[in-house]
Amino acid sequence: MLRFNILVLACLSYATFLFVVAFWAEKRAERGQVGWLRSPLVYTLSLSVYCTAWTFYGAVGYAVRSGLEFVTIYLGPSLMMIGWWWILRKLVRIGRTHRITSVADLISSRYGKSNTLGVLVTLLAVIGTTPYIALQLQSVATSFAVFGVNDPTGAIETDLDKTALWVAAGLALFTILFGTRNLDANERHHGVVTAIALEAIVKFVALVAVGVFVVWGLTDGWGDLIARIDASPIATHPISGTRWVTITMLSAAALITLPRMFQVLVVENSDETHLFTAGWVFPLYLFGMSLFVIPIAVVGLQVLPDGSNPDMFVLTLPLHYDQRVLATLSFLGGFSSATSMVIVAAIALSTMVSNHIVMPIWLSSRKGGATMSGDVRSLVLYARRLSIFGVLALGYLYFHFSGGSEALASIGMISFTGVAQVLPAMLGGIFWRGATRVGAILGVVSGFVIWAYTMFLPSFGIAAGFTPELMAEGPFGIALLRPQALFGVQGVDPVVHAVSWSMAINTLIFIIGSLFSFPRPVERLQGAQFVNVFEHSGSARGWSHGFAEAEDLLVMAQRILGASEAQALFHIEAERQGKDGYLPDATPEFIERLERELAGSVGAATAHAMLAQIAGGVLVSVEDLMAVADETAQMMEYSSQLEIKSEELSRTARQLREANEKLTQLSIQKDAFLSQISHELRTPMTSIRAFSEILRSAGKDGSLDPESLERFSTIIHDEAQRLSRLLDDLLDLSVLENGTVTLNWARTNLHDVIDRAMDAATQGRDGVGIRVIRQDMSEHIAMETDPDRLAQVIINLVTNARKYCDAANPTLKINVRRVMDDRVQIDFIDNGTGIPVEKQTVIFEKFSRITDHAKAGGAGLGLAICREIMTNLGGSIAYLPGQGGTAFRLELPRVRVREGG
Amino acid sequence: MPERRMPLYLARASYRRRRLIDALRLLPFLLFGLWLLPLLWGGEGTDQPVGAGARGFVHVFVIWALGLIAAAWLARRLRHADGPAEPLSSGQEPD
Repeated sequence: MLRFNILVLACLSYATFLFVVAFWAEKRAERGQVGWLRSPLVYTLSLSVYCTAWTFYGAVGYAVRSGLEFVTIYLGPSLMMIGWWWILRKLVRIGRTHRITSVADLISSRYGKSNTLGVLVTLLAVIGTTPYIALQLQSVATSFAVFGVNDPTGAIETDLDKTALWVAAGLALFTILFGTRNLDANERHHGVVTAIALEAIVKFVALVAVGVFVVWGLTDGWGDLIARIDASPIATHPISGTRWVTITMLSAAALITLPRMFQVLVVENSDETHLFTAGWVFPLYLFGMSLFVIPIAVVGLQVLPDGSNPDMFVLTLPLHYDQRVLATLSFLGGFSSATSMVIVAAIALSTMVSNHIVMPIWLSSRKGGATMSGDVRSLVLYARRLSIFGVLALGYLYFHFSGGSEALASIGMISFTGVAQVLPAMLGGIFWRGATRVGAILGVVSGFVIWAYTMFLPSFGIAAGFTPELMAEGPFGIALLRPQALFGVQGVDPVVHAVSWSMAINTLIFIIGSLFSFPRPVERLQGAQFVNVFEHSGSARGWSHGFAEAEDLLVMAQRILGASEAQALFHIEAERQGKDGYLPDATPEFIERLERELAGSVGAATAHAMLAQIAGGVLVSVEDLMAVADETAQMMEYSSQLEIKSEELSRTARQLREANEKLTQLSIQKDAFLSQISHELRTPMTSIRAFSEILRSAGKDGSLDPESLERFSTIIHDEAQRLSRLLDDLLDLSVLENGTVTLNWARTNLHDVIDRAMDAATQGRDGVGIRVIRQDMSEHIAMETDPDRLAQVIINLVTNARKYCDAANPTLKINVRRVMDDRVQIDFIDNGTGIPVEKQTVIFEKFSRITDHAKAGGAGLGLAICREIMTNLGGSIAYLPGQGGTAFRLELPRVRVREGG
Repeated sequence: MPERRMPLYLARASYRRRRLIDALRLLPFLLFGLWLLPLLWGGEGTDQPVGAGARGFVHVFVIWALGLIAAAWLARRLRHADGPAEPLSSGQEPD
């Protein structure tokens, strides 16, 4: 017989070996040699955490009690894996796209990053998993005890409680060492995963070895075995149809809702294509784990003494035949099953607890906390370590106080049903855009309550107040509320009863709640992104523009991602935006990307809350909502983009055409003007030269009378003046255009300015009369402007009107009006024929003249000067079409607008 | 109509690929149905319990093994069909 001490030694060396392997894998990954660490096989093997001690020891016990039914626990996950294209593929894609860290994070993120849901699912997961962890501790402790009893040197009474405590402590140490090395839950825990893959092999080999020993060592192969099965009491257990279907579906659901399974399936997944392999290799693994269960059970019942614990057949059968090596291997297999489950479950739960319970509390406990400097990472890591410790402590306490339960299967089933309450919200969330937060909360809560009432609490029996009387007659004698015959549904198996009621009501309330509630904008965005994850992996943005300072973001990111990682992230983004340095623009796209990075470390809800503290509220734009609102959002978006683009193109084309027309016209004008100005310069020059020649020759012979002399010299003087006026105008214009003009700002009354301008404009000249209609009252506006320059503009406009207005009774209306933004509008409207449309675009250009040169006295610079003056005064001048004549509008600020204030 | 003589499929491989996906999706339902069969065996009127003892045991595991072979074969085919995207195939999702 195997000595107990040797067993303890074997166990300790195996545990040490696991530590070494995990450490080695971690180091290897650090050096970047991930190679086969990321192979699909390691991924598939890591999924084996599904097979816990419940499988390793419990399956045989289950088979002894219920026959073939045990196999449903493995058929369900096999179906789910074989049909991975339906759900798993989508879950994995969503998990990778949105950097999901846990089941709670998935649900919370899908329903608008709701922390309420995060907390709910976390609680559900902790409550549902604790008994399961207790179960693992118990099975390890019991298997030790089996060896203790069988020790050849005399039975050693092992203290179950102490063993469990030691195992729990060791597991806590391992999990903390290798499970919290890095913060980003999306980075694979290479050490843990490798250790678990190794444990997967050990437990598979152990169980198969025991099976082979039983089939070929104790019986004469399969033929004999079939005969034995038929003769065995196991074969007489009829299959219960409802249980068969219910448990198959329940275990299928468990594969994606169990926190530890979600952890290895989705969170630790490094490559989507691994599912191609895992899709059939994992069912193969389950096949191998189940194949020998019935043979072991049948043979165990035959050869082992009556009253042996069937849950320990895997161990006691080899011991019975004194197969020491096999027994040790079997023991290590059971040990592996238990420890791998506890490690992964602890990691998964600690991530949930730290991200959804500790971090939100920490965030709300300090206002503006996210912007403070300092490292949050250690805080999160400590929260996680503490959570791991807490989870294991809970498991141990559960074991300690429940005293251990003999039937492992019932605890497993309770746990499965508990976590399956997440299923409606999860599937609804990834397949149905109409699923809302309210529906999910109501569904999860109602499912949880029914599960607790019909299954979880009754498992405690009298300790939880569920006395036999209550079970038989219902609370307060209300028969309809009997925990295992709810609403009069009697005679059903308790598991089927609890699963059907909780799932049915959960789903129903989830759907009704979703149908009758209205989602918030973030929810709708997330919903669309989750459901259509394959159509657009890119994100709709939920952040408004311009609130966040890149520096604040960097400070926060450094605290969570670590200084160098955060800086690298910012640097890459800055480069992407075409900037130098480490501070990119805080564009909504960037904030979105940053949020996902952070979500990988602290969960979506917390990352969102932290960014919201810096970036201000979430602003969902109308376009984003539009994109979500319709099924054909993609098409709409695309066609609207095309539309916008073509509109833009045609607008640009139009602008180009206009510009071209203008340029052509200007060029023509300039040519015309050049000939005009040379003509204009030549005419006075010619007359000046001609008359000065006359004067010169007259000076020689003295033949000119004084009148002629005076007339000729007046002509020379006038022509010279005309020349200098032209040159003055040109000079004035160039000064105004260069912005080098000095304006004399003064406070004045607009009425006075107009008065002065009218005086100047209507005096003298050729005396063509024009009736001016003014509204004195409205003109009294106190202004701060350059009165002389403004008057110059008005003079120009009035003179133009006098010159060009071709009506029989020329009339000029001057309207003054105060408008918005403390600005003043002055309209000059005459009753002439107006300016033709084709000329309107060029009248303000230099050298442009509407009528031919004969009538115009100026050089076509007046309006150009006016425009420059108005611009310098902070206003504008524009031609007002459609006023029944020529009309100009001046618009200028009432008081001087000083820059920068 | 001469143009009818030409096959109308522009993207034959991706069509084949989508049908493979269909098969992969239907496989679990087929297996589930087959695994329900033992419920019809034995029971009242026979001398065997529902599930028929060893026969049920063999049935479940044989179906399981066949299902695994089918799943492995489909996954293999699908991986090979999952090569570079050909033009006009709509079965390719953007990355």
